[in-house]
Amino acid sequence: MKTLRLALWIARKDLRLELRSRQNFLTVLFFAFIVIIVFNFAFDPGSPAIAEVSPAILWVAFLFAGMLSLGNAFAMEREDACMLGLLLAPVERGVIFLGKLLANLLFLLAMEVVIFPIFVIFFNVNLRGGFFWFLLIVLLVDLGFVAVGTLFSAMTMSLKTREVLLPILLFPVVVPVVIAGVKATAGVFGGGGLPAIAGWLKVLVGFDLIFVLLCYSVFQYVVEESN
Amino acid sequence: MSQTANVHPHTESVSGMLERFVRANRWLLAATGALMLTALGMAFLYAPREQVMGEIQRIFYFHVASAWLAMMAFLVVFVGSLLYLWKGDRRFDRWAAASAEIGVLFTTIVLVTGPLWARPVWNTWWTWDARLTSSLVLWIMYIAYLVLRGALPESRKKYQFSAVYGLVAFVDVPIVFFSIRWWRSMHPVVITGKGMNLEPEMIHTLALSCAAFTLLYFLLLRLRLMVERLRDEVQSLQRTLLELE
Repeated sequence: MKTLRLALWIARKDLRLELRSRQNFLTVLFFAFIVIIVFNFAFDPGSPAIAEVSPAILWVAFLFAGMLSLGNAFAMEREDACMLGLLLAPVERGVIFLGKLLANLLFLLAMEVVIFPIFVIFFNVNLRGGFFWFLLIVLLVDLGFVAVGTLFSAMTMSLKTREVLLPILLFPVVVPVVIAGVKATAGVFGGGGLPAIAGWLKVLVGFDLIFVLLCYSVFQYVVEESN
Repeated sequence: MSQTANVHPHTESVSGMLERFVRANRWLLAATGALMLTALGMAFLYAPREQVMGEIQRIFYFHVASAWLAMMAFLVVFVGSLLYLWKGDRRFDRWAAASAEIGVLFTTIVLVTGPLWARPVWNTWWTWDARLTSSLVLWIMYIAYLVLRGALPESRKKYQFSAVYGLVAFVDVPIVFFSIRWWRSMHPVVITGKGMNLEPEMIHTLALSCAAFTLLYFLLLRLRLMVERLRDEVQSLQRTLLELE
């Protein structure tokens, strides 16, 4: 409980910084918006194919934008040796990981809250009462994606090539999350309800459990004050 | 000058290194060579011609053996990464680095020999079948591991970061396999199992081929480890030189 409260403090710090500048948020938001627009051009509007690919388009927009925001999560700590300050805080390394994870998760969710209505309008999606299930899927996918992403973001923060390296490292690892997210979303859009998505939810819950724990416990190795 | 030479007595020519390597590993070299030749001979002469697929089926003995070698290599990456994080001994990082390269090389061979076989048999180079897709993702994942290594300067940080990625990647492998298998089975899969009722001769050939590739793995690993050790030596030499200046 104490761990969580401490983590919340770190998350609060990050979110407050973001609230004051809003620069990151607006940029990432606009990027996700553009991704959705571009896909609209890529497919013939009004063709039946679009209903089939719309869950994939949604997740490409969410996760590509998420990738951009993850890149900034630790990079911003490089200025004025903020990372050192963070590491000097009298908390375990795992707490820093959880704090960053929470901040990244909330950031991603806030972006999705804005993007999803736009997506619904452009792609004429009907949730057919599956809103609760969709919310659950988004939460689970985001958690798994952000858990691994936070770890890799810390790993690449000091590298020159971090903008390219982070997606290269992250995407192969989160393949299960992408598949499960797209398939489960397609199930909800198709009006399938719980039976259509139960299996994919299990994959997501399993992935989240394993990787939140694993990333939490190895985080200490990727943040070292030395060199 | 002379002082450096005293600190590092192993300075010798590349050909001398190779000679020393061959001498030190002559039994392993001989056994690998012998088994490889036998496997080759068995694949072409001993194993019967497959009735439906014909001669192209013989690629199977090397395709499967390469896949076996690659999986073994990735397991060693995992174990090496785990041991490095636990013990902090640079030796374990060398195992992981060397094994990852060999694993990527042989996964590449798997991904090349597969389509060669699939073109005449399935009438297509590639299909998004579960096993093919999983191998592809695996390949990308370990290339990412090597890219990460390349991006980091030699330091403890590099070994730790690589170990963390090696750990995460291997834990991910079963989940990737499972989710992809499941993703494909939701669609009608045109080509299901390969329908391989193996003749005893085929099983013998495959077993021998896998044994030959196992030895090959250890040979390549030893060679690659030697190179890594040399690299470390060059590094410490450079450091000594800097100190002398």
